[in-house]
Amino acid sequence: MFRHDPQEKEYGISSEGSAGEGSVVRLSGRLTLRSLEPFGHESSALLDALGPSSVTLDLSGMSSIDSAGALALLRLKAMAGERGIPLAISGDGGQAGRLLALVGERTGRASEPPQLAEASGFFEELGEKTVSLLREVGDELTFQGELLKATARSCLAPRAVRWADVLFYMRRAGVDGFPIVSLISFLLGLIITFMSSLQLRQFGANLYVADLVAISIVRELGPIMTAILVAGRSGSAFAAEIGTMQVNEEVDALVTMGFDPMTFLSVPKLLAMLAVTPILTVFADLHGILGGLVVGVAGLDLTARAYLAETHAALTAPAILASLVKAEVFAVLIATVGCQRGFRVRGGADAVGAAATSAVVTSIFLIIIADSAFALVQQYLGI
Amino acid sequence: MNLAPPAPGTPVIEVDGLTAGYGDRILFRDVSFRVLAGEVFVILGGSGCGKSTLLKLLIGLLRPHSGSIRVLGHDIVSGDEKGMRAVRSRIGVLFQAGGLLNSMTVGENVALPLAEHTHLSPAAIGELVRMKLALVDLSHAPGLLPSEISGGMKKRAGLARALALDPHLLFLDEPSAGLDPVTSIELDLLIRSLNEGTGSTMVLVTHELDSIFRIAHRVIFLDRETRGIIAEGDPRELRDRSADPRVSDFLNRRAPSRNG
Repeated sequence: MFRHDPQEKEYGISSEGSAGEGSVVRLSGRLTLRSLEPFGHESSALLDALGPSSVTLDLSGMSSIDSAGALALLRLKAMAGERGIPLAISGDGGQAGRLLALVGERTGRASEPPQLAEASGFFEELGEKTVSLLREVGDELTFQGELLKATARSCLAPRAVRWADVLFYMRRAGVDGFPIVSLISFLLGLIITFMSSLQLRQFGANLYVADLVAISIVRELGPIMTAILVAGRSGSAFAAEIGTMQVNEEVDALVTMGFDPMTFLSVPKLLAMLAVTPILTVFADLHGILGGLVVGVAGLDLTARAYLAETHAALTAPAILASLVKAEVFAVLIATVGCQRGFRVRGGADAVGAAATSAVVTSIFLIIIADSAFALVQQYLGI
Repeated sequence: MNLAPPAPGTPVIEVDGLTAGYGDRILFRDVSFRVLAGEVFVILGGSGCGKSTLLKLLIGLLRPHSGSIRVLGHDIVSGDEKGMRAVRSRIGVLFQAGGLLNSMTVGENVALPLAEHTHLSPAAIGELVRMKLALVDLSHAPGLLPSEISGGMKKRAGLARALALDPHLLFLDEPSAGLDPVTSIELDLLIRSLNEGTGSTMVLVTHELDSIFRIAHRVIFLDRETRGIIAEGDPRELRDRSADPRVSDFLNRRAPSRNG
């Protein structure tokens, strides 16, 4: 085992001569990594005690050294040099001498590592960050444009689309995501109904819980919760998948084989997202309303028929349509951000992780921004 | 455990009756050989004969179907984990692509085994890291990330990490594959001088013939068809005297001879 008893000494050191004269220091045994530090202390103490005019280091009694041992000897030589004591090495015909020569030669010709650039000032950093943020926004928009163009082109020539991939991602994002989206929306409907009923009950307006739930879920919470869940599940997966392909030079291979990586990798993902996000949103809406219904019937003494009739009256076709349009916009955001972060990966495994995180954070941020814009537009249009 | 380097000529790796493969696909059947302390030992063979698999078996990353493997006196097939840890602190492995951890700088990669297996101060570790990097001509690179250096540099950095603890036994998987001829010769010379200087045993997997003739003391030749060793010995002698056409064709760079 490498962890050792520090008391156990594997080398021997002895000396002849006195102050002001040339002395001989004899080493024996083995000088290895374990002895690096004790040997450093002992040899410097010996040099101080002897105070010689010159030193001859005799290695003929050494059985073996390793490269750390060689380093310790070179250190001793440098230390003697600093004190102006010439140090000669004798008896270095064996393994110790060969290794000493190798380590000495290599460390001797080593160039100093380059100095790191000085830390930049506050304004410089602020400027750099701003420029890089603007560049990022520009990259994102360019990518979005290119992807939409490639998708439009693929729609004109549907044979070029890899439909098997589209179906695969539809299953991944849609079918596999269905249970969690439904469950979260159901619980959300449950919570909203419960919380709002506490207030509405005071006015005897229990029945209007149905309106409140229907409008809040269909107009806002359904699309946005679905989008956040899809971004977390699929957006990050897209970034990680393309990022890993980028690291493994698979994307480069596609390019050299004449494929457009955008059409090959991103278009199927975007098409799948466009297909499943509205469907998931509709299911989220239905489950949210179902959650409200459960609390309404069980806790508020409403009949299921009355609750559903009220829900039906509250919802208008334009509101439902707007919710689906929103879902499509979110789908585009999630797919483009996920793919773009993936293509941007340079380096190794850690960059893939960073891309996945950034894909989720950025798409959720953009989803909220887009949702705010929708709220404003809907307000003015009176939908 | 005895920490002294094994005496020259004593076996450091003993493989007996080794049968291994992946599932039903058997790569070796009943293979036995010895690697002696202080030698540069090369595992040879055509593509797909299981050279890298054999290396993984020797460093305990794969388990054989049957047979025994003793490394530095420890049974790595049925031995305990404590003994395996002791073996791991005395061996170094250079992986084909370097095997560097991408999230750490080159310097941190080399410092990793030193920090894990020794009680040295950070200053002493820093000094050792600089020395190891100087040994492989990477003194300028300690602060760079693996993604910022070339394939050849990654390999050399991997070698510096493998050498960090001055292992008694060094495994190298295709050390010169993918390197330019000059770098490849330099790496060979470095391996040779480390072998002579530290007396450590080197086990290589390679099919660079120039490299083999330059550094190998002894080779074994694996064959895919027979799933075993078809030749063993000094590579120069095998090249000139081997009666087996598979061996002499390989070592003389000839297209396979077809009889009839």
